[in-house]
Amino acid sequence: MTMEKFTTHTGIGVPLRQSNVDTDQIIPAVYLKRITRTGFEDALFSAWRKKDDFILNQEPFNRGSVLVAGSDFGTGSSREHAVWALKDYGFRVVLSSRFADIFRGNSGKQGLLAAQVAQDDIELIWKELENHPGTEITVDLNSKTVVCGTLTAPFEIDDYTRWRLLEGLDDIGLTLQHEEEITSYEATRPSWKPKTLPARS
Amino acid sequence: MAGTTAGKTLAEKVWNTHVVRKGDGEGAAQQPDLLYIDLHLVHEVTSPQAFEGLRLAGRPLRRPDLTIATEDHNTPTLDIDKPIADPTSRTQIETLRANCKEFGVRLHSLGDAEQGIVHVVGPQLGLTQPGLTVVCGDSHTSTHGAFGALAFGIGTSEVEHVMATQTLSLKPFKTMAINVEGTLRPGVTSKDIILAVIAKIGTGGGQGYVLEYRGSAIRDLSMEARMTICNMSIEAGARAGMVAPDETTFEYLKGRPHAPEGADWDAAVEYWQTLRTEDDAEFDAEVFLDADTLEPFVTWGTNPGQGVSLSESVPSPEDFADENAKASAERALTYMDLKAGTPMKDIRVDTVFLGSCTNSRIEDLRIAADIIRGRSKDPNIRMMVVPGSARVRLEAEAEGLDQVFKDFGAEWRFAGCSMCLGMNPDQLAPGERCASTSNRNFEGRQGKGGRTHLVSPVVAAATAVRGTLSSPSDLDPVDEGQARRLSETSAA
Repeated sequence: MTMEKFTTHTGIGVPLRQSNVDTDQIIPAVYLKRITRTGFEDALFSAWRKKDDFILNQEPFNRGSVLVAGSDFGTGSSREHAVWALKDYGFRVVLSSRFADIFRGNSGKQGLLAAQVAQDDIELIWKELENHPGTEITVDLNSKTVVCGTLTAPFEIDDYTRWRLLEGLDDIGLTLQHEEEITSYEATRPSWKPKTLPARS
Repeated sequence: MAGTTAGKTLAEKVWNTHVVRKGDGEGAAQQPDLLYIDLHLVHEVTSPQAFEGLRLAGRPLRRPDLTIATEDHNTPTLDIDKPIADPTSRTQIETLRANCKEFGVRLHSLGDAEQGIVHVVGPQLGLTQPGLTVVCGDSHTSTHGAFGALAFGIGTSEVEHVMATQTLSLKPFKTMAINVEGTLRPGVTSKDIILAVIAKIGTGGGQGYVLEYRGSAIRDLSMEARMTICNMSIEAGARAGMVAPDETTFEYLKGRPHAPEGADWDAAVEYWQTLRTEDDAEFDAEVFLDADTLEPFVTWGTNPGQGVSLSESVPSPEDFADENAKASAERALTYMDLKAGTPMKDIRVDTVFLGSCTNSRIEDLRIAADIIRGRSKDPNIRMMVVPGSARVRLEAEAEGLDQVFKDFGAEWRFAGCSMCLGMNPDQLAPGERCASTSNRNFEGRQGKGGRTHLVSPVVAAATAVRGTLSSPSDLDPVDEGQARRLSETSAA
């Protein structure tokens, strides 16, 4: 499978003034019972969306596609459903000063851009979005910059993920180009390393 | 990881022996390494889309003999002989069964003696061993690092990647030493160590790191206590947590179903003994914690870093200098319905949950049983005891622990993840307050509107007696006569 390519994206910015947004908030466990990879838009922030004053219940933020969050976004559970839910809702980019490792990895596999922006710049973007709701943010993966109103800020992303996003490359396909090396490695594994089969108990 | 001239850390050694292909380039431009995976643990929640991906691409599962599955997140803890009532839970379990059959994966289903929480099952079967790379589509895979394995949680795309290739593309992690020196006081456990570590470095403090727990207090811990610590490494944002293997590790493993035997055992132990951080190795970061002065630790907020000693009070948002931490504390106090300045020991709870991949092993059950034996439960408390695996449940029953819990008035349940995340019917009601031996106190984690205080099994048991967050030192001494009468009654 190839991943959707990402080069540049422009869309309404959504200020989520909160740090430590864990994956249980992004998508509560009750929605993880589904066996599909799509159709999670209703699940995104479902507990918070029940409150009228939540940002995604307000025009024009409900049409947003660039989420601007506090630090430590995506902590907790490894559920990739968190990325699927953000994408299904319409988000293409999340900006934060720090992402949880597994969430960032999952984003890179699914074509959701997790762009690390300095907290000072996040604060400026929040102010701009709150003062001028509906402001569009442009995120350029080639130049690694975010433009919001008059502000242009750099963001960080590791080079490998950036390359894969730009090219829309599927990890498994890339790895299988090295299948011979995997096979040779397997031949060197000590015989006492555990095997699950045949089952012993 | 640190420079190449110095000796290697434990994490670096395990990493280096698993590199199938070194990534080109250096520094920021370095490509990921291709890392071999020795053991892939699978459960029903994060695997269906991965199996479907294999099917769509026409790819086989490369190494069924390095893969094992169990049912845990959705499984009911009551009436396990009846069909699962929730149709979506049932479908997910049935999908796992069909997938395992199609791809030749060993599966321990509900009703099987080896069924249970994936992170309890791996160690108990002896599949988790020092020096392995272990992954699972579950963030608490860090548990297995207690054996000196490099073990970490992955998302579903990576689950599919491991199924198809038995490898992962990864950049080396940084290393952090967590030095815990001294001797824990009675009633203080490894759960308190890890809650104190998370409070100290924060939920993002370990981001990008493998934590290595070291020092005399760690060496003194049993394997099960080490698993509790490593389990919650992810709550500090770390990729993994590790403890160097030693005699305690070898003793635990010897004779387990999948442990090496005979000459293989000797070869394995010889290798395992090399799995320690060299004296001249450099960590990228170091943290120190004093075990001598540590007290039972509990959380007051809605992330695992928001914790204090049980003898302290609920903090005020004003106590935090950082604006974001202040806002986060304010929000947490509102959600938790707590007032700043309230002594933690005055907080009354409704439910006590003893279970989860953090604290549901036989030792955890023994510790809790020892505290409640001969005592009465606070009448307003509901206590649920959920063993981590069917095997743990059987073991506990053989020791009579089930009877201790039942006499006390606790519910004795079947194995699974249960109320840690409430994917099965075991959930908190809105507003219900819980002292939980699990790992996450996130908003709504244990049920919509539920309020969670993370505690050790010791604090959980004492809280069930007293009704408010407590340690055993807060309890009246056991009436020996009553204890004897109770045990005679249960024997009869």
